[in-house]
Amino acid sequence: MTAIETPEQAKQDRTYHEALVDLVYQFADDDFIISFRGSEWLGLAPHIEEDVAFSSITQNTMGHAFLFYQLLEELGEGDANSLAHDRRPSERKNAVYFEKKNGQGTYLEEPYYDWALTVVRQYLYETFKKVKLEAAAKSSYQPLAATAQKILMEQTYHLAHWKMWVTQLQHATQEAKVRIQSRVEEAWKEFGDALELGSKAIDMKKLGLLCGEDELKQKWLQEVEQHVASVPTTPLEKCLGNGRAGEHTEDLKQAINTLSEVYQSDREAVW
Amino acid sequence: MYNLVEHGIYTKEKPEEDQEKYKEFMARIEAGEKIEADDWMPDEYRQTLIKLISMHGISEIMGALPEKEWVPKAPTLKRKLGIMAKVQDEMGHGQLLLRVAEDLMAPYGKDRGDVMEDLLKGDLKFHNVFHMPTKTWADAGVIGWLVDGAAIISQTNMLDASYGPYQRALQRICAEEVFHAQHGEAIIMALAEGTEEQRKMLQDAVNRWWPALLMFFGPASAETTGSSKQEVTTKYRIRKSSNEELRQAFLDKYLPRVFALGLSVPDETVHYDKEQERWVYQQPDWNEFKNIINNKGPRSQERLRLREIAFKNNEWVREALAQPAIS
Repeated sequence: MTAIETPEQAKQDRTYHEALVDLVYQFADDDFIISFRGSEWLGLAPHIEEDVAFSSITQNTMGHAFLFYQLLEELGEGDANSLAHDRRPSERKNAVYFEKKNGQGTYLEEPYYDWALTVVRQYLYETFKKVKLEAAAKSSYQPLAATAQKILMEQTYHLAHWKMWVTQLQHATQEAKVRIQSRVEEAWKEFGDALELGSKAIDMKKLGLLCGEDELKQKWLQEVEQHVASVPTTPLEKCLGNGRAGEHTEDLKQAINTLSEVYQSDREAVW
Repeated sequence: MYNLVEHGIYTKEKPEEDQEKYKEFMARIEAGEKIEADDWMPDEYRQTLIKLISMHGISEIMGALPEKEWVPKAPTLKRKLGIMAKVQDEMGHGQLLLRVAEDLMAPYGKDRGDVMEDLLKGDLKFHNVFHMPTKTWADAGVIGWLVDGAAIISQTNMLDASYGPYQRALQRICAEEVFHAQHGEAIIMALAEGTEEQRKMLQDAVNRWWPALLMFFGPASAETTGSSKQEVTTKYRIRKSSNEELRQAFLDKYLPRVFALGLSVPDETVHYDKEQERWVYQQPDWNEFKNIINNKGPRSQERLRLREIAFKNNEWVREALAQPAIS
């Protein structure tokens, strides 16, 4: 596959452009929503050091989302800020599991957030992100490959952080083990779409934008099996819907309403 | 021994053998030497520092909560990144300061858990500004610009504090606070140069925060509220200027900037008196100040509730972490 160096080149081939844009939306929207859920935790983590670490990771992740939205802007999709704040749920490509609320309550009132959900989700997500970024680092679209390489430098530390948590809690008290395991089993029913690449998956592979879904899934599973004590034997499902196809839950609406509240109060204003 | 009596009034019942050590200690700090965690120090000094630093540390942590209300809502990607970094810094300051306080508390067998419990019981106060509500995005700007601006002034006052670990922590904190004030100023500038609505939003935020900003530095003297630790902290070379001097420095620095942006403050009498060489302003309601720091402020209970939920809801995590580490 010949390397595509610039957005202008990418735009010349419609099939290529469409598949590329779809893929970059997945990256951008996944990071954006995960970072949003992380930012809701701020000040509420189990201890202060974790608050510092988690908010640093969340901030980096928002930075990654920004980089991907900028790629989309270059590809003619519109202004990065409006892509982040002003798209309807049905236009969003993030996997559904990532939009799930952190627990009961809201970040402003009675936040009964579940650390087990967060540890499991962040670990599965960062593992998945690493595998997908490593594939993107070899992408035929050079700006994407460069972005992926850059992000991987930081992302290694994020994954290490959540690997530590998942390992630690699985080997701690009985309560911690049970809480983690039940969130792992829940994830198995909801994580399915994360590993899919949507309706343009075949083109993505054919055009050298990314590897195929099977390879992505296999590599992810290999990594997860090394760190999750008891990986469910049932196949991964997508009980909450398929985010890659724009299917989302009420939780995403809540997220978008919150994260775009000020932006929507005056879309023309300079903030 | 020195016995800490409420509101910084101390009784001195020093055993004879301490007199020599005390003199030596005072000579050291008066010569500008720094005291380290393991050095001998009078109990009054230790307890004053514990109170001061744990209140400072916990205020950084409680201070994350009002701003945090706007973190997920920040209106652009850049603003989201900026405010995330800023609030993360504040948590980092809290962590740094609590580590300093923990070393001082060690001889009493106390640690961070006790600090958190004291906070929830209402025994440990947090700064008056962090009991206030936030209503709009402009509050996020005002907190960064004016609250952090005030914090820089009050912390710069202790940059040469006699206690080495605190003094070094403050060096780092102040360096970061300068970025925070710039972050706040950037938000403010965008609003001040923005639409009519944005300007209104900004003026409204300044109006609402004004009394809390005047209160920030504490009462001018103990007579106002029956409580002030400034004499003790000055004696021990922890701080230099008085509360009122700090407030004047704040007004000196920020009032001209407020006016230059076409904004006003909700005090028609405020003016600079050239003869007295000081700002004359309407006193805030110091009874209200007392209520606020006694956790009866507009958002005191809600903010404490957030910490309480975080503390209790994550108890299972702390128990799990108490197990031997797995590598």
